[in-house]
Amino acid sequence: MAKRKCPEINASSMADIAFLLLIFFLVTTTMSVDKGLSRRLPAPLPENMEKQSVEVNKRNTFIVLLNSNNQLLVQGEFLNVKDLREKAKVFIKNEFNDPNMPVKKPMDVEFFGTVEVTKDHIISLQNDRMTQYQAYIEVQNELVAAYNELRDELSRAKFGMAYESLDEERQKAIQKIYPQKISEAEPKNYGGKK
Amino acid sequence: MAKIRKEGKKEVPALSTSSLPDLIFSLLFFFMVATSMKEVTYMVEIRVPEATELQKLEKKSLVRYIYMGTPQREYQKAYGTETRIQLDDAFADVRQLEDYVVRERSAMKEEEQPLLTISIKADKDTKMGIVTDVKQALRRAYALKINYAAAQRMEYNP
Repeated sequence: MAKRKCPEINASSMADIAFLLLIFFLVTTTMSVDKGLSRRLPAPLPENMEKQSVEVNKRNTFIVLLNSNNQLLVQGEFLNVKDLREKAKVFIKNEFNDPNMPVKKPMDVEFFGTVEVTKDHIISLQNDRMTQYQAYIEVQNELVAAYNELRDELSRAKFGMAYESLDEERQKAIQKIYPQKISEAEPKNYGGKK
Repeated sequence: MAKIRKEGKKEVPALSTSSLPDLIFSLLFFFMVATSMKEVTYMVEIRVPEATELQKLEKKSLVRYIYMGTPQREYQKAYGTETRIQLDDAFADVRQLEDYVVRERSAMKEEEQPLLTISIKADKDTKMGIVTDVKQALRRAYALKINYAAAQRMEYNP
């Protein structure tokens, strides 16, 4: 007995530990979550009602047309998708009360007091039947991004933190100032059938 | 000489296999994390478009999917190469969509019915024509909450 034999480590509890881990992961793992752009469709028009164009002041509408070659026409001029976000932001915000941009109306908002809000603005998105889906999603994405950026900027200026991390009430207040208004007009066939 | 020395030395201890289950488990974890379950087998080719402003789809029980794309190769003989709609595990027509939504909704709990979300999973090369038809059908069925499935894009590079 010059050297004592090293006692074997009892490994029978190893399996228990492994099982514990397994169960932990089973409970906590979420299968890859589906992501996407959430939108709300307008309610259907009653069938007997004639299509009536809603009276919207021309300066309140921001018209985005997307043709069958995925080209973008914004407010009557060609535009690259990259520049859409900036343009939409300028339109929604109407910082300098431009007469060509949406009307600003005073509104009472919590935390902010009375603010001038472009609350009647509408972004009208029209696409062709031959438009590629990816192009359409890109345009939608840019428009949503414009709103998100505006909200985030306001939130940082006012509350000093990101819009995402605000509580519900404050988020609601900001949503009131920048309401998301993207209208998808009744489909039309511009490009003709090919 | 060598023989004597060999006998004098201790034997090589048997390789401990007690950590083998751990190894297996870690493999299992890896696969668990890496795999994502597919609810249906796609019969159409879908490569979702990319976007940046995405929201997570929560509560799977409130979500129904509409798949759109060109049929996969094994179905092309029967269904052609035009964009098709897949509902659950079968090809469908736009006209069946309304019924489908109504049926799915009535199968849900009453208090959850207004929360029904339709996720449109369409291939990025789909033409908007069929997507518009689907949207119109959804409007008629009063399924107004929709979601365009998309993949996250990190950088803006069109």
